[in-house]
Amino acid sequence: MATVIVNGKEIEIGDDERLNGIQVARRAGVDVPHYCWHPGLSVVASCRMCLVETGRRDPATGEISMMPKVVPGCQTPATDNTVFVTDSDKVKAARAMVEEDLLIRHPIDCPICDKAGECALQDYHFKHGREERRADLKPFTSRRRPMGDTVTLFVDRCVMCTRCVRFTREITGTAELMVINRGSHEEIDIFPGYPLDNKMSGNVVDLCPVGALGDKDFLYSQRVWFMKSHDGVCAGCSTGCSIKIEENQDRIYRLKPRENRHVNQWWMCDEGRYGFKYVHNAERQIQPTVFTAEGATAVEWPEAQSHLHNLLKNSPKLAVVVSPFLTVEEAFMLCKLAKQADPDSILALGPVPQSGQDESFANGFTIRAEKCPNRRGVEKVIGHFAGQTTSFEDFVANTDCSSLDAVWVTGGYPQDWMTTDQATKLSAAGQLIVQDIFTSPAWEVASVRLPGVAFAEREGSYVNASDRLQSFEWAIRPPAGAMMEGRLYWNLLGEMGMYDAQRIRQMVAREIAFFAPAAGEIPAEGVDLRINQFAQTNSEVTA
Amino acid sequence: MKANDKRIDWVEEPKLGLAGRMYLPLILGGLTTTSKHLVSPKVTVSYPDQEPEIGNPLIYRGVHRLNKDEQGRVKCVACFLCATACPAHCIDIIGVESPWPDREKYPESFVIDELRCIFCGMCEEACPVDAIELTSLYNLTGRSREEMIFDKEKLLSVYDATKDKEPMKSTQLGGTV
Repeated sequence: MATVIVNGKEIEIGDDERLNGIQVARRAGVDVPHYCWHPGLSVVASCRMCLVETGRRDPATGEISMMPKVVPGCQTPATDNTVFVTDSDKVKAARAMVEEDLLIRHPIDCPICDKAGECALQDYHFKHGREERRADLKPFTSRRRPMGDTVTLFVDRCVMCTRCVRFTREITGTAELMVINRGSHEEIDIFPGYPLDNKMSGNVVDLCPVGALGDKDFLYSQRVWFMKSHDGVCAGCSTGCSIKIEENQDRIYRLKPRENRHVNQWWMCDEGRYGFKYVHNAERQIQPTVFTAEGATAVEWPEAQSHLHNLLKNSPKLAVVVSPFLTVEEAFMLCKLAKQADPDSILALGPVPQSGQDESFANGFTIRAEKCPNRRGVEKVIGHFAGQTTSFEDFVANTDCSSLDAVWVTGGYPQDWMTTDQATKLSAAGQLIVQDIFTSPAWEVASVRLPGVAFAEREGSYVNASDRLQSFEWAIRPPAGAMMEGRLYWNLLGEMGMYDAQRIRQMVAREIAFFAPAAGEIPAEGVDLRINQFAQTNSEVTA
Repeated sequence: MKANDKRIDWVEEPKLGLAGRMYLPLILGGLTTTSKHLVSPKVTVSYPDQEPEIGNPLIYRGVHRLNKDEQGRVKCVACFLCATACPAHCIDIIGVESPWPDREKYPESFVIDELRCIFCGMCEEACPVDAIELTSLYNLTGRSREEMIFDKEKLLSVYDATKDKEPMKSTQLGGTV
């Protein structure tokens, strides 16, 4: 155990931990302001905002000798007997000086800057800066130039922390961004003809501590203080990045990555970041409809529920297609419903969309080819109820649907997910119940249409490709008329009160061994469901 | 706070004398005030035949206007600070990139629901470019709710109608011009 002293307080750190002054101060509950340092990037110590006083304590005598100068905290390793002082007058004066220096040429266009409200320069200026501006320079506008299709640069707002440059060099390895010119003429730029167009380009906007890099998609669409942030999980691919869903009045304005060292570190890909638009597509289906011999009837949800209740009761032969967009809880309830109605019912996994190849980046971040969030979870649930998992293609090819009384198909795919031939085969069943967000060939021939919800409107848990279960709550309400799949199954199962995903998850954890680690509270970074597997193999070996 | 707190000063209710118990001095005092007002000059006006006088138009809080810059463009930069400050949530702005090279952002739409507004003046206080101001127009009427929802064009036309009588407050109060 190494002991580090921060502002007179002794902090114990592990022997194998390599922390710098900023990290160790954070453990002591002290915030050291910084621009250029980021835990995911290399250290350059160029912004000088994290200047602290440092020294050593003699382990024998306990005497402390301090360095005469202030040093950057991000570059000073915290070793045994290191002393950090972050609140002395010397440090405060240094911070005020750096802050004043950064603001000499920084345009005062905060009212139109998208970063205002979450800007490190603003926050640190209020906390550490001078009260008055001594410079007679008062720029109000910033030059602007595009960096690529997704990002635009406000040149004069930049504080030259070079986080974006290091990101493109160290994380994506594409190195599109660079620093041009020298001294006070330094600017971020691209080489002519080589714009910033990698698959993670949106991250540089999150990395930017000031308003220099703007997200073209989000630019001017909403002030940040109007939005509420909800923790969520990206449904774009089976990596299942931890994200923040930022919305105002049930409209999503942007997605941002949430730190999760086990899944996505600090990043997310552009496909996921900008891929939420379908949630607000005007084509979303919002009218539950029942088709009988007399024709189509638009129904309210209570009627639809009683209709489904009777339908399930009178369907001795049933098949269910469980979409990999459903949460674990929803899949569990749907399978349970099916097994209650028909103990021999066929359970199939919905189509698993694939696109391209898995793409890995230098730091291990992977964009998966499997474009759905919960294949693993749904597979395991189906495996529990049916013994084995049937794929959608096999199900359609090998099952004679005309021998079935009802087929229940769940969708929720942002893109096309079934062919007309498949839909025709499914429609041979007595009743075809389709739950989806958009029209599809199956929706067209369905006998019961149930509008479902998209990822941000769902509540439950997803299991990603490496068997990590992450729970989330809904961020926005679905459009009027659509109902969360989980709520419908909950009502059909005859459960009392409001849909409670947590209770279902605990039930799943009790019943299915694979989900056993998810019985308790799920932390923000999720639970590794393979945590018990070593123990199992070990006990098998000893047995 | 407890009853025995040292910071509390306990005061006894004063005892009434004979005059006080008879109420006579107080009745006489009241009658004096009444009779003074009977002979003093009138402060009410018979509106609408007669228009009331607005004291200082600089601090009067009537209908809003959106100021224009020297080139006749809307001064507003769509920063949403007025909408943020508004306690009645009556301001609705859509900000987009501006079509002019010297400006970054401008309001594509700027709507104030005058029926919802409580005329507190927080919007003009919050405005960093002195684009929104409250004029001394007090007789705001309309035949329908829709008519009372003022859009950008209407707010700019209020500026045109009042700019001669009431120059921009910012020049007189030392704000940005």
